[in-house]
Amino acid sequence: MVVDQLSDSEVDLLFHALADSTRRSIVVRAIGEEHSVSALAAHYAMSFAAVQKHVAVLERAALVTKEKRGREQIVRANPEAIRRARQLLDEYEKIWRQRVDRIADILAED
Amino acid sequence: MGIISTDRDLEALSFTLVAEFDAAVGRVWQIWEDPRQLERWWGPPTWPATFEKHDFRQGGSASYYMTGPEGEVSRGWWKFTAVEAPSRLEFDDGFADESGAPVDAMGETHAVVTLQEVEAGRTRMTVTSSFESADQLQQMLEMGMEEGMKQAMGQIDGILAERASV
Repeated sequence: MVVDQLSDSEVDLLFHALADSTRRSIVVRAIGEEHSVSALAAHYAMSFAAVQKHVAVLERAALVTKEKRGREQIVRANPEAIRRARQLLDEYEKIWRQRVDRIADILAED
Repeated sequence: MGIISTDRDLEALSFTLVAEFDAAVGRVWQIWEDPRQLERWWGPPTWPATFEKHDFRQGGSASYYMTGPEGEVSRGWWKFTAVEAPSRLEFDDGFADESGAPVDAMGETHAVVTLQEVEAGRTRMTVTSSFESADQLQQMLEMGMEEGMKQAMGQIDGILAERASV
């Protein structure tokens, strides 16, 4: 099971990381395309240091990877971790979809 | 009829489902109010729910258990925080130990259910589930995933059994 591959603390890191709109936005930008931290910082009305902090939170949750290249730090999204986060709520949705089907069956008997 | 939309909010750790049924609001209310109907849909066919107590009023509580295919039993409880027939229901939902006492460590889910008439004989049901923590969501999901997989198997078994008895 996918969920079993994540320890509790990993899940907490993941949700904490995604619970901020700037961080979600950074992840979206970093999907499919690499960015330097300074290029990312240009998109937000906050300091380079603040953006760097957000990137660090994302990195701890394994949502992005950071690599030093010369003077630049290159940020890339980790699609596997993003997929895992979605899967948590996807699975819960499945439970309710099945419940709705069963309710409809009961009502159809009337 | 069926699911209109679902929405997952990672920030609020909540899940919202909107579904519509071809039945009057009062009829859909009964699937929550009547424990015999409730237990037909709350658990999947392979993990049927049995409600031993269903004190369906504000401040009341429910206790139930779900029985797995190997005879394993998982217990849960509800505490009704709002019961406004026939349009609004709110309750906390948690795990219980063998004696039915709440297991606090496993956290609670808060559910808000609203029923609304879309047109005569058609009801929109909105269910919002909010989780205390990611840990708790994960625990629920581990159970749910197991149920989901076993459900598919159980349905096949059911069809085969029906054929055999014809």
